[in-house]
Amino acid sequence: MNKKKITVAVTGLNAVDNPGPGVPVIRALKESEYFDARIIGFSYESLEPGIYMHDIVDKTYQIPYPSAGTESLLQRLEYINDIEHIDVLIPNFDAELYSFMKIEDTMKTMGIKMFLPTFEQFEERHKVNLATFGKKYDIKVPYDRAIFSTSEIFGLTGDFTYPVVVKGKYYDASIAYNPEQVLTYFNKISSKWGLPIIIQQFIYGSEYNVIALGDGEGNTIGAVPMRKQFITDKGKAWAGIAIDDKELLKMTHDIIGKTKWRGGMELELMKTADNEYYMLEINPRIPAWVYLAVGAGQNLPEALVKLAIGDEVKPYTEFKVGKMFIRYSWDMIVDISEFEHISTFGEF
Amino acid sequence: MNIKKNIALSDTGFIFNPSTGESFSVNPIGVEIIKLIRDGKEKDQIKESILEKYQTDDATFERDYYDFVNIMNHYNLTEIDE
Repeated sequence: MNKKKITVAVTGLNAVDNPGPGVPVIRALKESEYFDARIIGFSYESLEPGIYMHDIVDKTYQIPYPSAGTESLLQRLEYINDIEHIDVLIPNFDAELYSFMKIEDTMKTMGIKMFLPTFEQFEERHKVNLATFGKKYDIKVPYDRAIFSTSEIFGLTGDFTYPVVVKGKYYDASIAYNPEQVLTYFNKISSKWGLPIIIQQFIYGSEYNVIALGDGEGNTIGAVPMRKQFITDKGKAWAGIAIDDKELLKMTHDIIGKTKWRGGMELELMKTADNEYYMLEINPRIPAWVYLAVGAGQNLPEALVKLAIGDEVKPYTEFKVGKMFIRYSWDMIVDISEFEHISTFGEF
Repeated sequence: MNIKKNIALSDTGFIFNPSTGESFSVNPIGVEIIKLIRDGKEKDQIKESILEKYQTDDATFERDYYDFVNIMNHYNLTEIDE
C-alpha cells in the first residue's frame, strides 16, 4: 500500500525528566503504516531534546510562548506554513491548548487542521472544575478547593486533614504535610503557572492512568489503561504496564460518550485499598506515555491525524495486556553550531 | 477459594494480575500449591501431596499454607468458589 504523504507539526519536544508527549507522538507517526509523515517540530526553548533528534524530526521552528498572545503565534505560523505547508498540528501542552483552540478556525483557512476538544469540554474538565465534573458524570473525585491568596492557607484545616496535594493550574503537584509546606508550594507553583492554586485531599493508593481518543461524536476510538510501576519524584511514570481493567475502560467510554470528547485525553486516577477509583485529573491531550499504547497495538496519534483530516478511522477494540514501557535517558552529542542555529534563527 | 481465572502463573513462579498490573514471584513450592488449588484440590488434599513429597510436618504445613493463602487474599489473587 502506498502511504499517504502528510506534514504534521508537533509541539512538546521536551523529552526531559517531566517529558512532553512530542517525541513519542512523532515516533508513533513515523511508525504509521498509513502515513508517510514529514515532521515539523515546534519548540519553545533551544534545549528541547527533540530539536536535535534529526532521525525523527525533519525541521524545527521556535514558536512564541502562549503568553505572547495569539496574534504573534498566528504570524509565526503563517511564516512557517508558507515554507512547510503543514497539514495537521498536534499541540501537546495543556498551557498552549487554549491559544490553539482560539485560532483553530483561522488555522483551518491556512490549511492546518487540528483535532482538539471544544472550549466547553476543555473548561468542564479543568482542575478547578473537577468537583462539578465528578458530580455531573457520577465519578468519585477528591475534595478540593481553589485558593487565590496565601492568607487562605491557614484556614484550610477546617476542610482538610493533612497531607494535602498542592496543584498548579496546568502543571505541578506537591504533597504538603503542614500549612508551612503549603505556603512554600503555593509560592513556587503560582510563580510559574499563576493562580489559582488547587488544594486537593490526598488519596492513598496506587496510580492508574488511561489514554484515550474520542471522535467528538461520543465514540471512543481507542483506550489503554496503564498502572504506573515506577514514579519519579515529579510524580511522572518512568515505567508502566498496560492492564485489562474493565472498570477503567467502562469509565473512559462513559466519559467520552457523555461529553462527546474530541481529541486525545488522559485520565489520572488513584485506586484506594478498598478498590475504589478517584479521578485526580483529566488532561485534554495525549500523554507522554502514549508510546505504550502504540506498543500495545493502538496507534492513537495516527488515529488522531486521520480524524483531523477526515479520513475513516476504525475504533480499536483490543490491545496487548501486559505490554510495558520503561523510559530511559540518553545523552546526545550535539555540535555548538546546531544550538547556535536554533538559538539565533529560531529554526533548524 | 480458588485463584482468579485471569491470573497468569508461569512455571518460573512469576504471577501477573492483568487487571491491576501487579506482579509477584513465588518459589517452586508456591507454584505447586497454586497449581493444586487451580486443579480444585481442597486443603487436606494439598497437605497430603506436600507431606508425601517433602520433609515437613503437619503443623508447619498448616501454618505456612494459611500464611500463603492470606498473602494471596491480601493481593486480590483469589476468589470465593461459586
